[in-house]
This record gives sequence, C-alpha cells and structure tokens, in this order.
Amino acid sequence: MTPGFDAVQVRTTAVGMRRDIIEMVAAAGSGHPGGSLSAVDIVATLYFGAVLRHDPTDPGWVDRDRFILSKGHAAPVLYAALAEAGYFGRDHLATLRRLGSILQGHPDSKKTPGVEVSTGSLGQGLSVASGLAAGLRTSPDDDRTVYCLMGDGELQEGQVWEAAMFAAHHGLENLVAIVDDNGLQIDGACTEVMCVGNIASKFAAFGWKTFEVDGHDVSALYATLSAAREHAGSPAVVVAKTVKGKGVSFMENNANWHGKAPSAEEREAALAELSVIEGGA
Amino acid sequence: MGRATREAFGATLVELAREGIDVVAVEADLSKSTTTATFADVYPERFFNVGIAEQNMIDVAAGLAVAGKVAFTGSFAVFATGRAYDQVRNTVCYSGLDVKLAPTHSGITVGPDGGSHQMIEDIALMRVIPGMRVLVPADFQAAQAAIRLAATTPGPFYVRLGRVAAPDVHPEGFELELGRAYVLREGSDVTLAACGVEVHEALMAADLLAEKGISAEVIDVACIKPLDVDTLVASVSKTGRLVTCEEHSVLAGMGSAISEVLSEACPVPTRRIGMADVFGTSGEPAELMEHFGLTAPHIFAAAMELFD
Repeated sequence: MTPGFDAVQVRTTAVGMRRDIIEMVAAAGSGHPGGSLSAVDIVATLYFGAVLRHDPTDPGWVDRDRFILSKGHAAPVLYAALAEAGYFGRDHLATLRRLGSILQGHPDSKKTPGVEVSTGSLGQGLSVASGLAAGLRTSPDDDRTVYCLMGDGELQEGQVWEAAMFAAHHGLENLVAIVDDNGLQIDGACTEVMCVGNIASKFAAFGWKTFEVDGHDVSALYATLSAAREHAGSPAVVVAKTVKGKGVSFMENNANWHGKAPSAEEREAALAELSVIEGGA
Repeated sequence: MGRATREAFGATLVELAREGIDVVAVEADLSKSTTTATFADVYPERFFNVGIAEQNMIDVAAGLAVAGKVAFTGSFAVFATGRAYDQVRNTVCYSGLDVKLAPTHSGITVGPDGGSHQMIEDIALMRVIPGMRVLVPADFQAAQAAIRLAATTPGPFYVRLGRVAAPDVHPEGFELELGRAYVLREGSDVTLAACGVEVHEALMAADLLAEKGISAEVIDVACIKPLDVDTLVASVSKTGRLVTCEEHSVLAGMGSAISEVLSEACPVPTRRIGMADVFGTSGEPAELMEHFGLTAPHIFAAAMELFD
C-alpha cells in the first residue's frame, strides 16, 4: 500500500508539517518547536517516503513497522505526520496540550492513535524499541522493522548505552535507530553542556552498523534509511545531521526555541517563510 | 517450614508457558537468585538477560509487551523499583503495558547483605503509581498464585517476592483474586492485617493473644492495590481495633494504605508494625526480624496496647 519514494512529494509534505508544527505550538502557547522542526524531514521520509510500512486505517495492523519517538518532546512533528497520514482528523492539531485533547504535551499511546508507546522521559525509547524488535523477530524472514528517533542531547542518558549494548548483543538487525543530531539542547550547545563525542563512533564501538546523512536531504535520507533497514547482522544507527528550528530563519540554530511557543507575530513570520517548497518543485 | 516465595517465580513461568501463555522474562544478571534461570533453562528463546542494567531491563520488557508478550522482570526489589522507577512510571504504567515486575529479595529478610540491599520502600513506590497493582504473597503457594494472577490479568503488576523460606499459611492450589484479602482466622476483639512474611507472625501473635483471652482476626492482605476495603471494614467494624504488620517501612506501605481508607470509612484505634523510618542493617533474617520489632511478640504487644 506504500507508494514509491517521491522526493518532491516528501518535501512538499514536510513544508506542510512545518506549518502544522508552528500553528499547533502557537495555538497551544507552549511546546517544543526547535527539535520538532529539526526532525521534520526524517519523520516525513519515514511516513511519506515509502520507508515505514504502516496503515493509517488500521493502526494495529500486525505486519506494520513500528516507530518510536524517543525524543518525546518533539511530539508536534509526530502529530503533524499522524494527522497528515490520516490517523486522526486535522482538527485535533489545534487542541494540542489542551484539557481533554487526544494530543498530549508528550506522546501518550493510550490517547493518540498511531502512537506505539508513551514517551517523554528521555533515554528510554531505544530500550523499548530493542524489546519490541526482539519481540517482533519471530522468524528469520520476518522483516518488520522498528525505527527509533532520538535526540543528540538525549544520548547523554546512560540508559541509551545500556540499550545499545543489548541490541548489539542480541543482533537486532530489525532495529534502526536515528539520531536527530541538531547540536543543541535546552542549556545550549550539546558539546558545551555535555559532549557525547563522536556519536557514530560510539555506536560502532558497541557493535552497530553506522550511517551518517544530511538530515534535511530527503533523497539521501530515503537511501540511507533503506540501507539501514536492509543491513543484516546487527542493529543500525543513522546519525542525521540537522539544524534545530530548520525552516524558520529566526529559530534556526537557536537553543532558545527548544521549548518556547511563537507569538502571533512570530507565527505569521514563520508561516510566511514556510510557503515555498524547499529546493523547488 | 515452607519454601521461599522467590522459588515460585521461574517455575511458575514455566507452567504458564506450557499452558500457552506468551510469557517472556527479562533479567538483570540475577537469574540464579531470582530463579528466572529455571525458566531460561526450559525456554531460552523467551529469556533476555540485559546484564547489570535495570533501567534497560524494565524498558526492554515494555518493548516486549508492546510486541504482545506478557513480560516479567527480575532483579532485586531495591533495583527494580528504585533504580528503574522512572521507567516503571513513565513507560510501563503511563502506557499501561503488560509488564509484571516480580523482583525478589524484598524487605529486611535479605539479611547479611545489609541495608543497601534490603528494600523497605517498594510497596510505597509501586502503589502510588496510577494503574499499578501490588501483590505481596505470604508463602510459596500465594507466590505461585500471584505470578499466575499477574500473568493472566492485563496491565502492570508488582509482585513482591522474598529471599528466605516463608512458613506455609495457604493450602496447595491456593488461588489469588485481584482485590481480595483473606481472613485466615476469625476473631472478635482485634484485627491483625498483615502481608508477606508478617502473615505468619500475625498468626502466631493471634495464638499469644488467645492465651490472654483475646480473640484476634488475622487477615492476609495479599493484594495491597486494589485494596479489599469491604473485608477490612467488615473486620474492624466488628473488632474495633487494628494492628497492621508488614516487612516494609511504616511510611506509605500496607499499613498506610489501610489507614488511608479506614480513616474515612471506619476509623478505629490502630498500631502499625513495620520498619520505623530507618534503614535495615546486616544480620541474619531471624535476628533482624527481632531487632526491628517485626516478630509475633511485638505484634502481640502492639495489640495489647489497644486494650489499655
């Protein structure tokens, strides 16, 4: 049911997702635009670039791939994708973070169709994804793949490396971790707050197959994610170099936009910038 | 003398697997101590040792549960609940997953390993999380039943298991119902509500009280959450006095849970037996039970205070 990869279509969808993120966070009056915008092209490629096997009309489809947003504060990017895919009506986006909404401040699997597991406390997603990958691998030709998106700051959580050990030890080749390497965390540059060092090297040292890619080049993302999926014998990690706040000039590379909603004026300015398709169409 | 409650863990998982329940076990390098090794020997493909990494243990179990498994976790109570609290709260319970914590070595009867390894706050930590159910089996039979109940009831469970042999208080084939307490001995003058190894101590205290002409009702509060309010209210309505007995801190444990509801539903003079807001210490289990005032004579003395 998944069509082939179409770069223009993915880029077009990504612009729409960025607009949704700005609009929903502005409407909510709080939230995390920076790390949502940095992950848009990754998530768009997964959901709309023929990478993730899923069926919005049947969120519980047993043969689907699984996506876990370990960096749960980037919930808006996930909600934008799920709404666009049709897991729920777009009218819900305006209810983000409101009392009674199906769209909680951080992903809640009990409330939101398409959310596989609740996240928000950082550093846990890769463990859950590992357990899920182990649980899904019922036969050698079972190719259901688990994708787990983490932030680069999140890698400071020690549990990530417990999971890295586990996944490699068990040869979880149906697990693909993706690092949204935007270089910033709440308190500033990751390298200044707490430098993790070379991310790919660290995963390689744990026994993972590693890939590095421009996290805003959807064609490269498609090729890399596909290669990571096809890789056999070990789990794979895709370190995607990204720009925090990507697509909105005044938010780009600015840690202050990690967890702050745009004002009405800023919202308009952001949407004006997001009216053209990046790279042309 | 009966067997340790932990001995029921791995063996019951084997039984459940044989019966067709899709149980898996995730362990953190303590499979011989917790007895999950028994399960691993029979079902190696269903056993995952994460090494010394308890946070990962809980979340790997969460992932297995998302994949449709009934996922049990091992390790010791102090690590499974303390070190991995956020994982239990934010991933297992917040998502409402089929993860069943059944750590062993709870309470002071861990013995010589000392206070660092004697978990006396686990009931407190687990029972305050929305959606978590808390079972404290008193003996081997109850432990088998608790593991079985946890495996066959959807959602998160905490089953508190112990290291040392626990005297039998329940018959072979005992079945545990969710939200039910068990009146093991009927009485009219004072209610002794206990859990875990304290159930046997309470039964012995009831004998001591009988020698004084006092009729004690002994209740095994095997299920601390949800609590069997009806049975407890019915009992204290009759006796008018309550002693709670637990191998756990008196803060926020079973005695607190009971007091919370009875203070609204049927307040009666109460004494709480347990660890008095202190850490444990090294020593033999029996010595420690005496040292910290958890044995039958202490329960007897606390009950007698209610008749002054």
